[in-house]
Amino acid sequence: MKYLKQFTVILFFAFIGEALHFLLPLQIPASIYGLIVLFLFLYNKIILPEDIKETALFLIEIMPLFFIPSAAGLMRIWNLIAAICVPLTMIVVITTFAVIAVTGKAVQVVINFAKEKKDLQQTDACLFNTNVKFYGR
Amino acid sequence: MESALANSAVWGTLLTLSAYMAGLFMKNKSKMTVMNPLCIAIILVIAVLLVFHMDYEAYRSSSQYITCLLTPATVCLALPLYERLDLLKSKFNIVLGGILTGVLTCFAVVLALSGLFHLTHSMYVTLLLKSVTMAIGVAVVEQLGGYVPIAAAVIIVTGLLGNMFAESIFRICKIEDPVARGLALGTASHVIGTARAMELGQTEGAISSLAIVITGLVTVILVNAFAVLL
Repeated sequence: MKYLKQFTVILFFAFIGEALHFLLPLQIPASIYGLIVLFLFLYNKIILPEDIKETALFLIEIMPLFFIPSAAGLMRIWNLIAAICVPLTMIVVITTFAVIAVTGKAVQVVINFAKEKKDLQQTDACLFNTNVKFYGR
Repeated sequence: MESALANSAVWGTLLTLSAYMAGLFMKNKSKMTVMNPLCIAIILVIAVLLVFHMDYEAYRSSSQYITCLLTPATVCLALPLYERLDLLKSKFNIVLGGILTGVLTCFAVVLALSGLFHLTHSMYVTLLLKSVTMAIGVAVVEQLGGYVPIAAAVIIVTGLLGNMFAESIFRICKIEDPVARGLALGTASHVIGTARAMELGQTEGAISSLAIVITGLVTVILVNAFAVLL
């Protein structure tokens, strides 16, 4: 019964997403509308995590399964990409590695910078403290 | 025979589930990163359809009850997002800045290389969505007039590449911070990259699943501006 209730709540938000997708003229998928509306309901505590938790985590866990039918469609369009297979593979590989390296490095540099600044402030504070001690004596 | 299979709600679902279970089994047996259950399942389904000379459309319509769960499942990503709200709030600028950097890098590299290889507009918009989680990517590609099956394949390959090679890249580029690693994996390789991030550590996993959702949103907002460039 619990799972049925949770699944009903999730389907309700999925349906709200579809309704918004139908009504609004933006190129945003129904699932994203549903995600945002559900998040707002959670944030304002109208919906509690317990109302959806087990079913939601189950659906997220088996998510890869839902991609198999679309991905198997590759066999039908193989003749379409056979000619550009090499550039396509190159683009996918280069872009993926570039995104990982650039994103990771950029964040790492910012975090290192913030740390250095903090350390510097701490050393300043230490110096200040020793000064105080010195004068105090 | 074909129409009987196409009308069956069980056959396509059974084939999909069995293929995925076989993939999980092979992964657990071998413990190799190359053995990705999703990748194995796709190859198995295609192999079965080809060997028995079955029509893809029949399989597709027979497995529609699986595909229709994709929207509810994506909606559910609101839950991890909500549960990690504190983490997001405390590192908001870094998370958003990192994801923006990643999304723009992806767009810029795809634009440059698509121009270099003279790809068509449909192919270009298909590739723009490669780092986004499947549900969002497929839906947006459809609306922008790209190739949905290619998008699905490209998104999965992107995920697998991140899953398998991110750690080597982290080592070469000296990316050591858990937040940086989680952001890189989630932004570049969505759900499949997040699976690897979860193995690296708690913080990596949390930040990475956060990155899936925000990367999706940022990409959806920015992609229209980039789609007209080629």
